[in-house]
Amino acid sequence: MLILEQTLNGVQLGVMLFLIASGLTLVFGIMNFINLAHGSLYMAGAFTAAWVQGVSGSFLLAIPAAVVVTAALGAVLEIGLFRRFYARNHLDQVLVTFGIVLVANEVTRIVFGPVPLRMPLPPALAGSIEIVPGLPYPTFRLVVLIVGLAVAALLWAIVMKTRIGMWVRAGSSNRPIASAMGVDVDLVFAALFAVGAALAGLAGLMAGPILAVQVGMGEPILILALVVTVIGGIGSIKGAFVAALMVGLVDTFGRVLLPPALGSMAIFLLMALILAFRPKGLFPVHG
Amino acid sequence: MIRTFRVLSFATGLAALATTAAAQETPIRIGFITTLSGPAGSIGQELSDGFKLGLAKTGETLGGRKVAVTFADDQAKPDIGRQHADKMVESDKVDILTGVNFSNVLLAIAKPVLDAGVLYVSANAGPSQLAGKQCHPNFFAASFQNDTTSEAMGIHMQEKQIKDVYILAPNYPAGKDMVAGFKRHYKGNVAGEVYTTFNQLDYSAEIAQIRAAKPSAVFFFYPGGMGINFIKQYDQAGLKPQIPLYTGAFVVDQSVLPAMGDAAIGVRTATLWSEEFPNAASREFAAAFETTYGRIPSPYAADAYDTVLLLDAAIRATGGRVDDKAALRKALESVKFASIRGDFRFNTNHFPVQSFYLTTVEKDAKGRLYNKLGERIVQDLKDSYAATCTMAP
Repeated sequence: MLILEQTLNGVQLGVMLFLIASGLTLVFGIMNFINLAHGSLYMAGAFTAAWVQGVSGSFLLAIPAAVVVTAALGAVLEIGLFRRFYARNHLDQVLVTFGIVLVANEVTRIVFGPVPLRMPLPPALAGSIEIVPGLPYPTFRLVVLIVGLAVAALLWAIVMKTRIGMWVRAGSSNRPIASAMGVDVDLVFAALFAVGAALAGLAGLMAGPILAVQVGMGEPILILALVVTVIGGIGSIKGAFVAALMVGLVDTFGRVLLPPALGSMAIFLLMALILAFRPKGLFPVHG
Repeated sequence: MIRTFRVLSFATGLAALATTAAAQETPIRIGFITTLSGPAGSIGQELSDGFKLGLAKTGETLGGRKVAVTFADDQAKPDIGRQHADKMVESDKVDILTGVNFSNVLLAIAKPVLDAGVLYVSANAGPSQLAGKQCHPNFFAASFQNDTTSEAMGIHMQEKQIKDVYILAPNYPAGKDMVAGFKRHYKGNVAGEVYTTFNQLDYSAEIAQIRAAKPSAVFFFYPGGMGINFIKQYDQAGLKPQIPLYTGAFVVDQSVLPAMGDAAIGVRTATLWSEEFPNAASREFAAAFETTYGRIPSPYAADAYDTVLLLDAAIRATGGRVDDKAALRKALESVKFASIRGDFRFNTNHFPVQSFYLTTVEKDAKGRLYNKLGERIVQDLKDSYAATCTMAP
């Protein structure tokens, strides 16, 4: 029974990580752009959702608000700033996006104040469901699980099965040729970045009721998302999904079964082990 | 000859007058180093808000003399704190330093500051080192010794004969100190003792273990955002009605309660100050804080405010002089002031002897969460390091 509950906890944590890592891996892999500000977009999603919910009293209204606001923020950042950095090296990209992280944290503190925001669950999702007799599980965590799986399926379908997905893949593998064939790569990349941002916003929204909605909430989650991205293979949605589940399960069982020092290292040991044998991750996209 | 003497004595008198006047005109310089950015920035905000409110009450003076305060952000980093401290001591020539909230930052700056002859009067951090072997004549903690907050809860749970306690804390020095402090007085069975990664986000695995272990209570120490995460998730798992939560001070206070929401209702805390303290000084403070900042103060702000009152009383006793450090130390050691904590005095190691109280989170008439004041757990609690402190003169 306990093992079943912990497995569910691990899968649920994994799906949560996938929500965050999916946007990061899309942008990283397809546009070859390291976006450390992904955690800030996640924070923006959580704050927007908590604020809208606080003002309107409606969790349902907070969902589109968080997604739309972070998508818009992502588009503005891409068109106004990040676009100029695609051709530059990764260090420049890291510096500029890290600068955005610092600015975003302080702006958030100035706007929302130093005290973390409140984001209660609507009563319908606040309770728990008995999934098997004698094992109650929080309803909202089940919702996170379902949303995460749905997003994974949707992303895979869009990238692999649709014309838009084809443009994205074409733009990433050979930009000049794709442009010559009539694909507006600038527009596709701006849209792609907005989608990545919206995914971060969605993750922030889903994390809000479980985690503290506070300044700096994006950084610890960004580290985990980077681990997932690297293990899965940069740019691979499938890789991010498999890696997120692995990290979720290893972290959960590592915390329970191993001594504390080793338990907190478990996912990094996993990463080191996988990279030792598959330097490009589990599902490498580029050669 | 007599004439010369008269002229000389007149001149000396004038000069003396001039120095006194100058001494009264130059303000007392205070350095306030604290964490104002990053996730712990809210702590520094509470501390500096409380300190500023204290100075507003005394009319920006201490002991009748004007005060100039320099604030600096240590970014929760010992090296940054050290840089600010060095600058304040060497070029700003501060008389008194205060404000640091993280013990590791305080330990990094304490020695050079204290050895330079500057007084450090802590409004928050109270590491065991400075209470024991490394105690220093120029160091005073107006706040508390770190261990005492969890010791008080250990005393309470031992008194109430709570048998099976499950313990959780982050895996870092203060977390271990808190658990050690708790177990110094709690002698019942420990159903489980878990150290989680610092700044861990998800606690579902630990909560599942608690559910399976079926303890009669949980004692936890998760300050800041960790506490918000843990309490929300514990409540969502439906465990709160079955297994009650206990903690030490500074975990479930007004710096995090609004974010925890109803999930925090019922959590019990052992604290040195609560927003409901009935004494006149405390009521005045709580009301003024709410009017000025639009929120209920936390014990962080309370201790910083109390530090101002303490300094004001001590500097008044020296007649406004802060350059005679020996006299100021003496004044601090025997300081008498209307503390918002009620009774307050310094132990031989310059750490407080103070009482601790039980509080429980409830909702007030306006629907806001607050720590409802309950019984006094222990009167005049002394920290357990004073015996190892030999104060060099």
